[in-house]
Amino acid sequence: MNPPEPSFATDRAKLLRRLQLILPAHCLLSAEEDLRPYECDGLTAYRELPLAVCLPETEGQVIDVLRNCHQMGVPVVARGAGTGLSGGAMPHAEGVVLSLARFNKILRVDRAARLAVVQPGVRNLAVSEAAAPFGLYYAPDPSSQIACTLGGNVAENSGGVHCLKYGLTVHNVLRLRVVSIEGEVFEIGGEGPDAPGYDLLALLIGSEGMLGVVTEVTVKLVPKPELAQVVMASFADVAQAGDAVAAIIAAGIILAGLEMMDKAATAAVEPFVKAGYDLKAAAILLCESDGTPEEVAEEIARVTAVLTEAGAGEVRVSRTEAERLRFWAGRKAAFPAVGRITPDYYCMDGTIPRKRLAEMLSAIAEMEHKYGLRCANVFHAGDGNLHPLIMYDAAKPGEWRWAEAFGAEILELSVALGGSITGEHGVGIEKINQMCVQFSTPELDAFRRVKAAFDENGLLNPGKAVPSLHRCAEYGRMHVHQGDLKFPELERF
Amino acid sequence: MQLDEIVAAVRAAHESHSPLRLRAAGSKDFYGGLLAGEVLDLSGHWGIVAYEPTELYVTAKCGTPLSEIEAELAEEGQMLAFEPPHFAGATLGGAIAAGLSGPRRQQAGAVRDFVLGIKLVDGTGQVLDFGGQVMKNVAGYDVSRFIAGSLGTLGVIAEATLKVLPRPVAETTLEFACDEAEAVRRLNEWGGQPLPVSASFWFEGRLWLRLSGAEAAVAAACRKLGGKVSPGAAAWWQAVREQTHAAYAGPTLWRLALPSTTPPLALDGLRAIEWGGGLRWYVTEAEPAVVRAAATAAGGHAVLYRAPESLRCLEGAFAPLSPALLALHRRLKKAFDPRGILNPGRLYAEF
Repeated sequence: MNPPEPSFATDRAKLLRRLQLILPAHCLLSAEEDLRPYECDGLTAYRELPLAVCLPETEGQVIDVLRNCHQMGVPVVARGAGTGLSGGAMPHAEGVVLSLARFNKILRVDRAARLAVVQPGVRNLAVSEAAAPFGLYYAPDPSSQIACTLGGNVAENSGGVHCLKYGLTVHNVLRLRVVSIEGEVFEIGGEGPDAPGYDLLALLIGSEGMLGVVTEVTVKLVPKPELAQVVMASFADVAQAGDAVAAIIAAGIILAGLEMMDKAATAAVEPFVKAGYDLKAAAILLCESDGTPEEVAEEIARVTAVLTEAGAGEVRVSRTEAERLRFWAGRKAAFPAVGRITPDYYCMDGTIPRKRLAEMLSAIAEMEHKYGLRCANVFHAGDGNLHPLIMYDAAKPGEWRWAEAFGAEILELSVALGGSITGEHGVGIEKINQMCVQFSTPELDAFRRVKAAFDENGLLNPGKAVPSLHRCAEYGRMHVHQGDLKFPELERF
Repeated sequence: MQLDEIVAAVRAAHESHSPLRLRAAGSKDFYGGLLAGEVLDLSGHWGIVAYEPTELYVTAKCGTPLSEIEAELAEEGQMLAFEPPHFAGATLGGAIAAGLSGPRRQQAGAVRDFVLGIKLVDGTGQVLDFGGQVMKNVAGYDVSRFIAGSLGTLGVIAEATLKVLPRPVAETTLEFACDEAEAVRRLNEWGGQPLPVSASFWFEGRLWLRLSGAEAAVAAACRKLGGKVSPGAAAWWQAVREQTHAAYAGPTLWRLALPSTTPPLALDGLRAIEWGGGLRWYVTEAEPAVVRAAATAAGGHAVLYRAPESLRCLEGAFAPLSPALLALHRRLKKAFDPRGILNPGRLYAEF
C-alpha cells in the first residue's frame, strides 16, 4: 500500500540530449551559474540545484518536456515567479525545473462576461491592471502580487488581505487548462457557473504542482468598489483586540479587510513607513470597508461603534485615499520592515479559530524566551490566519535550527487549537513534517491515492506537500486533530 | 445513528462487494442517474455538532435537516448563503453531495465555496477528516470541496462544516419587462457594476432582480436601476429556490449552465433564466443530443434535471466527459471507493 519514497537517478547527459531536441537553445539552461537563480523560492533556507531548467514558450513544448520526463522517470518541478514561502518550488536534485515564466500573455479580457483568460506566468497584479479600464479587477491579492504569477497562485491557492469577503484563489478561478505528466491536455471547470463531473478545480487549486502543469487560467473579474475606507483602532490588550474582531463579525459585518498587528510589528514598521500607528498600543486593527459611498458610510459608522464599545483606545477613519493607503502601507510593508531590523526572518502561516488568538500570542511570547528569538506578529484577523515573523541571524551557527523549531512549535499549536498548519503559503518542503501532525495515516494515504490518480509514478514535485509514511514515522509526532488533544486537561504552554 | 454504524455498514458492503445507495430524506431521488444498491439510511445521523456565530461556521451531522440548521442560524441573524433548495426535507449531507445552490449563488457562491471541512467515510469504511473549521486552510489537497457535488460516489459525508454569513440588513426586489435577449444583456451589464445584486430571475417576459445589503446601498441601487418594486418578494424567491414556481414544471426539465453572456440559444422551450444569465432552464422534448450540443457549443453543459428515470438512465443525467477526464474520474473514484460500492451509476453509468 505504501511503497517507500521513490528515489530517482537521472542520466543527466541523456536527459539534456533529449531536452535539446525539443527546446530551442534559449529555452534550456544547464550550466551551473544559470541554474543557481532557481535553487530556491522565497523560502531561501532550503536550496537545491536542478539538473536543468526548461523555459518553454509553447504548450507543445510543455507537453514534450513532460512526456520525455515521464518516459525517463525524471522529476519535474513547475515554477512561476518563485515568490512562494514554503519551498514548494525548490528544485529536485535529480530533476528539471519547468519554468512557466514565458507564458506571460493575457489572452483575453472579457468585459461583458467579467473574466480574463491568462497564461500562468502572468503576474497577479497585471490581471487587475488589464481589467482596470473596465472598472473590474481580480480579487485575490497576495502581498507579493506585483511579482507572483497566476500559475503560482493556482498551485498555492493564494489568499491575501481581502479573503474574508472575496475568497481565495479557489473561489475566483473558473477554468484551467492542464497538462498531465503523461503530456495529455485536459480542461476543467468552464466559463459557466459549473462543469460536469467531479469538482476537479477544487483538487487542482492548491495542489502545489503535484497533480499537473497549468498552461491557461480563466479567472473571474469583479467590479471595483467605488470607494474604500479604513478604520484604524488601537488596543491596550491583545485579547481585547481579538474580542473586537469577534464583535464586528457578531454584528453581521463582513469587512473587505480586517488585519491586526502586534506591538513588535508596529514598532518595526513605523520608522520605515510612518503610517501613524499608535506605538503604545499592544495591538492595532485595520478595518477596511468597501462598496458604494452610501454602503461604506453606513458600515464605517457601525464598525466604529463596535470598536469603541469593545474598548478601543484611539479610533481613526481614513479621510482621503492617500491616508487609507498610508494606513495600509505599514501592514503591507511588515515583512520588509522586519527584514530591516533583523538579518533574517522566518515567516509562519498557521490558521487558528479567531477566539484562540490571545492564547496563541501568549504562547508565542513564551516561545520567544524558550528559543531566545524575537517574533513580530501580523494577523489576517478576519480569517484567523496568523503570520508570526521569527527573527534570527543565519550567520550565527545553529540559530536557523532554533528558528525552525520555533516555527514548528507554532504550527503544531495551530493544529492543537483547532486550526491548520498553513492558511495560504502551502506546505511545500517547509511544513511537510507538520502534515503528519495535522493528518492521520489514513488521511495521508488518501492524499497519496489522489496524487497517484494524476501522477502514478510520483514525478511531479516529489517530496513536497504530502509526506511519505516513512517520513512521518521518522518525525514521530503525535497526530492531533481539531483540538482533540490526548490529554486536554494538561497545560500545553 | 452513530458514526460507528455508518462505518460498519460501509465496511460490510465493501467486504461483500455489495452496492449501497446513500440516502437521508430522499428529497433529491429525482436527481442524477441510476438509483442502485441497498439503501443506507443516513437520516438518523442527526444533529448540530458546533455552531460558532463569531467564527462564522456551523458543523452538523449529515442527516440534519437544512431547516433545522437554518433555524439555528436565523436566531443569530446568519444564513447558508448559497441558499440550497430543501425540496422535501433536504439534509446537510445531501445538499453537499448534490451540490445544488439557490438564487443567491449569483452573489455569494456555490455549495463548494462554503464547504470548510468534511468527515468522510470512504468506500472501505475508513473515517477521514479533511479541511476543518477555519476559513483559510491549504494543508493537503482540498478534498472537502472536491466532494461537493460528487453525489455520494466518493464517500459518505458523515459530518460537514460550512461557512455561514450574516443575513443582509435590507432586501428589495425590482421588476422589469424585457425579452430574453434584453434580460441577458442587462444582467451582464449590471454584473459589471458595483451593485448589490443577490439574485435574478427571468420568466415569461419579466425580469426580477433582488438587491441585498446595507439599507443605503439597496436604496441607492433602486434609484439607479429604476424598475418597479415587487411586493411579496420573499415568498416568491422561496418558490424559485424550491423550484415550486411554475417555470420548473414540465415532464422533461433541462438545466443548462452557460457563460452568462450566451445569447439566446436556437432551442425551443426556455422557461427561466437565473444567476445573472449563467443558468437557464428548458422544458423541451427535443432530442437530448440536440440540447447537449447547444449547451456545449455555447461553452456550457446541460443536465437532464427532472425527467423519467428511464430517460435519465438511458441518456445519462450529466453531460458526457472526454475520454481523458472519464479515465481520471474513474481513477479518483477508485482512490476513494476501490470496489465501486457507493452510489454506482448515480453520477455516470461508467462508475
